[in-house]
Amino acid sequence: MLRWLRRLGQEALARIATFGRAGEVCFRALWGVPGWRDLPLLWKQIYQVGVLSVVIIVLSAFSIGAVLALQGYTQLARFSAEESVGLGLALVLLRELGPVVTALLFAGRAGSAVTAEIGLMKATDQLSSMEMMGVDPLRRIIAPRLWAGFIALPILTLLFNMVGIWGGALVGVDWLGIDAGAFWAGMQDGVDIGEDLGKGTAKSLVFAVIISWIAVFEGYDAVPTAEGISVATTNTVVYSSVAVLAIDFILTLVMYGDFN
Amino acid sequence: MRMRTIEISVGAFMLAGLLALVFLAVRVSGINVGTPADTYTLTARFDDVAGLTVRAKVSMAGVVVGRVTAVNVDAEYGQAIVTMAIDQGIGRLSVDTGAKILTEGILGGRYIGLSPGGAEEHLVDGDEITDTQGAFVLENLIGELVTRMGDS
Repeated sequence: MLRWLRRLGQEALARIATFGRAGEVCFRALWGVPGWRDLPLLWKQIYQVGVLSVVIIVLSAFSIGAVLALQGYTQLARFSAEESVGLGLALVLLRELGPVVTALLFAGRAGSAVTAEIGLMKATDQLSSMEMMGVDPLRRIIAPRLWAGFIALPILTLLFNMVGIWGGALVGVDWLGIDAGAFWAGMQDGVDIGEDLGKGTAKSLVFAVIISWIAVFEGYDAVPTAEGISVATTNTVVYSSVAVLAIDFILTLVMYGDFN
Repeated sequence: MRMRTIEISVGAFMLAGLLALVFLAVRVSGINVGTPADTYTLTARFDDVAGLTVRAKVSMAGVVVGRVTAVNVDAEYGQAIVTMAIDQGIGRLSVDTGAKILTEGILGGRYIGLSPGGAEEHLVDGDEITDTQGAFVLENLIGELVTRMGDS
């Protein structure tokens, strides 16, 4: 019984210590705000996590927009309310699916890569040799990756929303024959720039912070072996996805939850 | 050379994000720049607005001529005070213009329908429409029907 209790205590202390280390890494990396000299590092990372994710984002957004329009049409046509497809599509994408799906794809596509890269650097002693040379790896390696994530994910979310709505319009208007005027006007009537676009983008900013933080910390804290890196990469994807979905619920509750 | 391609593609990426933002703001949210100048404000009191919301349409003869900008309640008289912005471009409305709460389709949202009056004087910015008719609420009608059937 006592041993069991001790195990529990050890486990809890280890978890809390992990959180503490994660906070410290994040704080120390952000404290060294990249100066003008470090900008090329940032561009390189935005290229890695942002530009290279554009293809998967565009393809997924198009499919999701098209499917939403198709499903919405078949259901709404029963009430001859096909014109509402545009509004439903825009609201679902801007408020929920855009930020969340982009964040999940980003965690899988970019977060895992960041973790694996940093983990391998640690395993091959690149991080410690940097420290030997008097270069702070937190500023040179971690900070650009964090900032790149903060910048890239909201941009990817905006692209996702645009392509999704465009894909939905292609299916709804050009293929199923919803009246184009009613489709766009219904959307413009019901979508509010602050309430829908603004809050959706704010969500994606929160997700960007969470995913980047988890990804760089898992890499930095990885056990420096081949197995350790594989565990860290898996952890990044699993923790980010679960955190994004859980926090999305809380954010939705806070943002849209005033039921009166 | 390699750094150059990276920088160019990052620039293009950010530009694409900006374009997406503009597209979402203009085409999807439908913000129109610089409208506050060419509308004027009217108010109207209704007994029941039945869930009329801000941004609902104000229409005349089926054409949208304005938007609801605020819905407040006057607790003393138990009435709703609706503030609306009317487009300047439609010309002037006479003082006995009527306002009615209508429903779009069966399940659709509420909107305000204006019916023209015949008086010489015109409504100006800040005036109140006095000839109003509240929403048609099904529950009230059913309630009345039940009471009448009980009486007879």
